[in-house]
Amino acid sequence: MAKEIMTTNRAVAEAVKLAKPQVVPVYPITPQTTISEYLAQFVADGDLDAEYIRVESEHSAISATLGASEAGVRVFTATSSQGLMLMHEILFAAAGMRAPIVMADANRAISAPLNIWNDQQDSIAQRDAGWIQLYVENAQEGFDTILQAYRIAEHEEVMLPVMVCLDGFILTHTVEPVDLLEQAEVDSFLEPYVPKFAYLDPERPMSLGNFADPTYYTEARHNMQVAMDKSMEVIKEVGAEFGERFGREYGLTESYLCDDAEIILVCMGSMASTVRYVVDQLREKGEKVGLLKIRSYRPFPFEEIDEIVKNADKLAVLDKNFSFGIGGALFADLKAKCHKETYGFILGLGGRDVIPEYIEEAVELTKNPVKEVTWLGLKEDE
Amino acid sequence: MIEIRFHGRGGQGAVTAAEILAKAAFKDGKYSQAFPFFGVERRGAPVMAFTRINTEPINLRYQVYNPDHVIVLDDGLLSVVDVYSGLKENGEVIINTHEKVESEYDVFDVDATGIALEILGVNIVNTIILGYFAKKTGEVSIGSLIEVIKETFPGPIGEKNAIAAQKAYDMA
Repeated sequence: MAKEIMTTNRAVAEAVKLAKPQVVPVYPITPQTTISEYLAQFVADGDLDAEYIRVESEHSAISATLGASEAGVRVFTATSSQGLMLMHEILFAAAGMRAPIVMADANRAISAPLNIWNDQQDSIAQRDAGWIQLYVENAQEGFDTILQAYRIAEHEEVMLPVMVCLDGFILTHTVEPVDLLEQAEVDSFLEPYVPKFAYLDPERPMSLGNFADPTYYTEARHNMQVAMDKSMEVIKEVGAEFGERFGREYGLTESYLCDDAEIILVCMGSMASTVRYVVDQLREKGEKVGLLKIRSYRPFPFEEIDEIVKNADKLAVLDKNFSFGIGGALFADLKAKCHKETYGFILGLGGRDVIPEYIEEAVELTKNPVKEVTWLGLKEDE
Repeated sequence: MIEIRFHGRGGQGAVTAAEILAKAAFKDGKYSQAFPFFGVERRGAPVMAFTRINTEPINLRYQVYNPDHVIVLDDGLLSVVDVYSGLKENGEVIINTHEKVESEYDVFDVDATGIALEILGVNIVNTIILGYFAKKTGEVSIGSLIEVIKETFPGPIGEKNAIAAQKAYDMA
């Protein structure tokens, strides 16, 4: 199909339409709102044969999504920021009940102070909920990743919900060219969801999300870890198959000029584009730098990362989030798991623009470190 | 790569203008990108939007600080916002105004509001100023622009906007 020009929110909605979820409970919130609007329009026009549930909050949106998933149908929802915070309790329930939900999160800062702009604190705050988290770099990846997310979530050895993370405004509201797929192409890649294990069926009654006393709880949680580990293979398999079919291959990470790099810049989401641009600029000046983009934040592919960074001297980790006293979440993970000299940089909070100068500064402060974690672009007098 | 910055107020269609321009450039066979920067979400608040046009795919994910062209939808912003900020040498500024704007920069004043009131009956100038921009800069073809305007606003509103954009193009 020909390229069209659209926002990532539109590309995500188009992918959802092609994935044919049967129930879509969704509550609008900036900058996710246009996803919920496009889906409402598709349902109203008869282009998407789904029950669109207008709920009264995000807590209800994810609850209805979980309920529908447990009834054995494919589902979709989307949210952002405060909405994701309100979902927090049910996110853990959804993962624990092994519901193959796909949800888009339009990454936005958390209040207070109130801020509608982009950072990744909202999804990072849900890191331990048991959801797979995939971060996308552009509208094309948003479209492609939604389709892959259903294959990953519904894989019988995974059965975990997937959160597809899109940088608010920077992706959600930016129009750019996207290659859409035809329905027949998507149908050949993504078959209808047929629930296999625990789901509500009057012919085969069971109760779900039950009480588990100390005899069972630990094993139930451990099974999630086993599934999360398995999902690494599945994410790679699905991404490779997508590449074979449609020419755009995906994995757990993406590396650029890392083989001979002395310093590797590590980041997630839309920032990777600007970092790639800066890497090119610095390479022209003879600086050996590379980019490692983490697509799958959970599961965290540290063995693959270890292999990619093995020749590098130092890592410069760029985080649009932070954990008090530690630094960015990605920085903390890399520090814990990779045996490299690692420096963390906090930037892009609450929509502060990530400009090439900040990335150049991160490289400079990794060459000549002053401290382990630096806040870039900080106005000291405010 | 050509970078364009739009200044408007919430509700004036600056964001839509940036998107229409990106879509028209894409129709011309180029790569393009458009995105907004909202202040607070309310009508009347100053808004910026950006368009990038290139012959190669665009990988930049930050705002436009050194525009080749600036488009100002509301001359009331001139006393509120530095619309000339970072303008490239030989950069052009197109301002919707019925007055002569004094500036050290290359400024084109166009009475888009006059055309809007005459043809559309409302003071919405975003498509009109794009018509003027197309002729003045040659960055986008008027054919693609008119097509995208009609696609964006189906029916009589699109037809009227297309006529208004063409009028601005012809007088530029």
